[in-house]
Amino acid sequence: MGTSLGKPAAPRMPSRNPLDAIPLGRQLRGDPLGLGPAARSARSQRLEPRTASADRIVASVCPYCAVGCGQRVYVKDERVVQIEGDPDSPISRGRLCPKGSATLQLVTHPAREQRVRYRRPHATEWEELELDEAMDMIADRVIAARRDGWEEEIEDDRGETVRLRRTRGFAHLGGATLDNEENYLIKKFFSAMGAIQIENQARI
Amino acid sequence: MKLDTHVWPGNYGAEARPRMGFFTDTSVCIGCKACEVACKQWNGVPEDGLDFTGNSYDNTGGLGADSWRHVAFIEQEKPLSLQQAPPGAGGDGDNSTGMRWLMSSDVCKHCTEAACLDVCPTGALFRTEFGTVVVQEDVCNGCGYCIPACPFGVIDQRKGDGRAWKCTLCYDRLQVGEEPACAKACPTDSIQFGELEDLRERAGARVETLHETGVQEARLYGESPGDGVGGFGAFFLLLDAPETYGLPPDPVVGTRKLGEMWRTAALAGATLALGAAAAVARR
Amino acid sequence: MGSNMAENHPVGFQWVMEAKLRGARVIHVDPRFTRTSAVADRHVALRAGSDIAFLGGVINYILSNEREFRDYVLAYTNASTIVSDDFRDTEDLDGLFSGYDQATASYDNSSWQYKEMEASAAVGHQEAGAPSGEQAHGAHGGRLHQRDRSAVDDSLEDPRCVFQILKRHYSRYTPEKVEEICGVPRAQFLEVAEALCQNSGRERTSAFCYAVGWTQHTVGVQYIRTAAVIQLLLGNIGRPGGGILALRGHASIQGSTDIPTLFNILPGYLPMPDAQKHPTLERYIEANTTPAGFWGNTDTYIVSLLKAWFGEAATAENDYCYDHLPRISGDHSHYSTSMDMLEGKVDGYFVMGENPVVGTANSRLHRLAFSRLKWMVVRDFSLIETATFWKQSPEIESGELRSQDIGTEVFFMPAAAHTEKDGSFTNTQRLLQWHHAAVAPVGDRRSELWFMYHLGRRVRAKLAASSDPRDRPILDLTWEYPTDGAIEEPSADAVLSEINGYEVASGKPLPSFLALEADGSTACGCWIYSGVRAEGVNQASRRKPGAEQTWVAPEWGWAWPMNRRILYNRASADPHGNPWSERKRYVWWDQDSEQWTGEDIPDFVKDMRPDYVPDEGSRGPDALRGDEPFIMQADGRGWLFAPSGLTDGPMSTHYEPQESPFDNALYGIRANPARQQLPGPENLYHPSDGDAHADVFPYVFTTYRLTEHHTAGGMSRWLPYLSELQPEMFVEVSAELARERGLENAGWATIITARGAIEARVLVTDRVKPLRVQGRLVHQVGLPYHWGDQGYATGDAANELLSIAMDSNVHIGEYKAATCDVRPGRRPRGRARRELVERYQREAGLR
Repeated sequence: MGTSLGKPAAPRMPSRNPLDAIPLGRQLRGDPLGLGPAARSARSQRLEPRTASADRIVASVCPYCAVGCGQRVYVKDERVVQIEGDPDSPISRGRLCPKGSATLQLVTHPAREQRVRYRRPHATEWEELELDEAMDMIADRVIAARRDGWEEEIEDDRGETVRLRRTRGFAHLGGATLDNEENYLIKKFFSAMGAIQIENQARI
Repeated sequence: MKLDTHVWPGNYGAEARPRMGFFTDTSVCIGCKACEVACKQWNGVPEDGLDFTGNSYDNTGGLGADSWRHVAFIEQEKPLSLQQAPPGAGGDGDNSTGMRWLMSSDVCKHCTEAACLDVCPTGALFRTEFGTVVVQEDVCNGCGYCIPACPFGVIDQRKGDGRAWKCTLCYDRLQVGEEPACAKACPTDSIQFGELEDLRERAGARVETLHETGVQEARLYGESPGDGVGGFGAFFLLLDAPETYGLPPDPVVGTRKLGEMWRTAALAGATLALGAAAAVARR
Repeated sequence: MGSNMAENHPVGFQWVMEAKLRGARVIHVDPRFTRTSAVADRHVALRAGSDIAFLGGVINYILSNEREFRDYVLAYTNASTIVSDDFRDTEDLDGLFSGYDQATASYDNSSWQYKEMEASAAVGHQEAGAPSGEQAHGAHGGRLHQRDRSAVDDSLEDPRCVFQILKRHYSRYTPEKVEEICGVPRAQFLEVAEALCQNSGRERTSAFCYAVGWTQHTVGVQYIRTAAVIQLLLGNIGRPGGGILALRGHASIQGSTDIPTLFNILPGYLPMPDAQKHPTLERYIEANTTPAGFWGNTDTYIVSLLKAWFGEAATAENDYCYDHLPRISGDHSHYSTSMDMLEGKVDGYFVMGENPVVGTANSRLHRLAFSRLKWMVVRDFSLIETATFWKQSPEIESGELRSQDIGTEVFFMPAAAHTEKDGSFTNTQRLLQWHHAAVAPVGDRRSELWFMYHLGRRVRAKLAASSDPRDRPILDLTWEYPTDGAIEEPSADAVLSEINGYEVASGKPLPSFLALEADGSTACGCWIYSGVRAEGVNQASRRKPGAEQTWVAPEWGWAWPMNRRILYNRASADPHGNPWSERKRYVWWDQDSEQWTGEDIPDFVKDMRPDYVPDEGSRGPDALRGDEPFIMQADGRGWLFAPSGLTDGPMSTHYEPQESPFDNALYGIRANPARQQLPGPENLYHPSDGDAHADVFPYVFTTYRLTEHHTAGGMSRWLPYLSELQPEMFVEVSAELARERGLENAGWATIITARGAIEARVLVTDRVKPLRVQGRLVHQVGLPYHWGDQGYATGDAANELLSIAMDSNVHIGEYKAATCDVRPGRRPRGRARRELVERYQREAGLR
């Protein structure tokens, strides 16, 4: 996986005083009211931010609006554990809006689907379907739809026959959160298929 | 300037760090609620219910166990003095805006004299080396003494959990010199984090600037060590009276009169010792 | 104007707040008092859909008070150009320009041409006729020749010069008319106009920020044009702190037009081949090449694109496989496609990362359309409304449709997130930024890159043995990309390399589009992106900290074209190449090094002297003079008057929205005569002012976003942390309207149009005020559009209410101004909901 920002800075050093291991000891060290260091729990003692213990930090960009705020993605045990603003970005200076601040939830929330779902014609419920099988079925359908909607030529307003060599058998609508590289392959492949109704949120 | 709390910095000795806090400049708040989300995302605070309140854009309602930052929205029928009265302003249907919409991100004040801390019998609440007030989830037993003690109604028990929760000023992040999640996210720097002394200086200058530009109603809230809680660790620049924002105009720490009498060093020590024993016993 | 920047671009808005701290004045002109208004120095409330009247008023104010930046206007705009004697203005034709054809509701722009163009037209070089909106990108359709300098009047006095035409055209946009149409008190309007003038000129610049509040109208393009004219008159284009800033709402919506998945363009704004106009490559190049400027090199762009796509198969002999490209023949946009589906003409639909049932006008129409497909592929994070239309919808609740009767086969494919794939987004300032995969996607989650690559691979394998000539384009396609890992993820970097372009013989990456050739020796997937992988380095992934760079930060990401951060920045210097002022210096001519230099990369031929005058035989960029900064225009000038490229007039004109409670106070023509309509039983339009039953829908409504949600909700309504901040659909109304209709704050209201009925919680607020327009009080109703019936936070979709009525240039719908009725209480359930709508349709005389 791409890692362009390296590893987090070293976490804090634990206290070396053996007395600090027990609260009473800490209290004896100068917190007679037990409101300060003496009250510090075991958890508080070893507390460190999960950003500090991440295995790596990955450079990213916020996927919501088009300001393009820099993000840092913190990964621990191959899981994303935190996403926050990248202070290096001259655009955002480390800041994020509420949506950008919720990016961790966006990529980890439980309602995010993991499996292909299939709805048979006239069915009332979803079914499971293997990804590989789904891809094969879609390939068959797009080939058939292309032929179904093929338009070889038309007569223009001067009465001359002009070539179209296109299909209106299938169409596409893309969101504007897709990468440039993805849009490129969509436009390239669907155009080669002869499809023209290739559209995007940018129209809306 | 009296910055000292009961146990900070003295009791921390060499471990003591400059007192850290927030200065929330509401004159530049755009009400985006990034602070609310960044806080929840970092601290794993649960969602607080899908309640439509009908109170402007505020569906959070207030600070609580599950909302450690809260943006208040106040719609007022008076022009913001940042905007002079629009030309042609008049009565009904005259098309003038003539109003202002105040927004302010509220948070635990991390009081210099913190009642929640004073009344906590378990040692769950403590004053950190940064001078902040933190409730420790591994110690809190949910007794709830702290809840009525807070003059701001900040600290709160979580339903189904029973323990008390509130802003920690991202105690964990502070350990490695990272600023709290809300302040880091804040798009317009309405929430500023730093050493309290610096923040007070910055805030004073900001009020002056605003006064110079005609915003006479700009005022600081909670910056004075002489107030009823000895000053806030997290204070505010407001554009109206505190009550307008749902903040007590003159908060007083409920335990001030009691001093620290009922909570003796021995008691605290015993409680902690018991806590430690219990922790060992559970292993 | 037309933007609610604080709410929709909060982090970008930090720079507005910072400018404000440094003394900038922020003015927000918007129908609603929003979170942007709350921190602005001034909020001006105007009626939704009346912005051209307001902006036209500003133009009139500038021209009638001689407040234009005369030196800039004279040198850098087409103000002095003489227009054809055949041109007739809306002044002459009561709201129509010359060339209008009633039967087709469209314009022939022949009469809008520059005067000398008539001469070239006579010798056969001018392709006169309708500038098809499909062709309005790129070379602007028209064949504009280098100006004959005799057809200009530098005194700007000639009655047929652009400057005088402009002056006459906008003369009726008086402060009184602005007040009458927009509902903005004269004094407020004058204050804004004066503030703009005072803050423009040599020493100061002003910027306009807009968003879909301007584009989503039946005259949307002309909204932007009006602002462009103001900015050209005030000298605010190509200069730091100036410009017209489009605040785009999606991470890569700029990229989605640069490398389009749009029916009318190819990558880099090259037009899609048109069946009639571009039968051959030669005709395509001829029609899309201007004699001067960078559209003079169109042949290199298209041939290199064809080489990138069809590789070895593309040869000079076969016109580089030009015939492998399908042809368009009119409007094949999203909306027209849905109409085709409704008629059963489309078998299959791919929807990737989009939720049209919630996000597109007239939700019902789209659901009905989808129910007539054979199959549909929906790729998203969660089961959005578009994926579940067959299971749950108002039509199923009403009994009009039953799941068992819907034959559409639906494949839901879980999508990978940006943290699970490499790739680039192009942000709102044309900046490409690379995001790196942080983790591998789990389960069946895949990137669109993976989906397209492997779908293509499978289709190619299935057709490998085909001898059918129509399968040739698929088999000739270059489709070899290295893959990585267990899931065989194709390399996004390899795709970016193809986009950047390379020398065919050596495979060496191209440094920029200046290296492109038309002889098949170079391949380039998107000419404007050429240079993004210069020297084999992914320039989009550069992240040199902002604090370690100049304020322009040229080493963070990569901006097209050629990493230029401000377009047309040659205009930041005067005709002689010196900065207009020290305070606003940005790019200038350096005498010593004999080249352009400055803070940014000059958007100009680097060594073209300011006093350069082209030879007779010059073409392309070299055919422009050294003091003509608008290098994409055939005359190198900013267009105050657009002789081509627009379908609905060379200048903007105030027209009322498709649906409006008011007549046009300026002309006899009510709405944009060239607007695009798709009338039909599922897309009924309301009667407007003057029509019978117009009072059935008495209120103006506008739709918008909130900070707390994202568009159609797929990336926000499933998230508890965002859902709780704005948990329910609501409607913003004034206290006056609440009284008039008996609405209670936090209670419920039902909003009804001829398309649908929705319910929403009521938010009574002084931020929405009735306006006095044409002597009448008009109520405006505000509707955020994020909700649908799936997800964690659910509610009715505002788009159930809207009709599809479009700008004819770009086929963008009118989402920002329409009419409705509002009633207290929740909407009826089941069948009764549809009956309510049908009752309104009858009352309005629509059925």
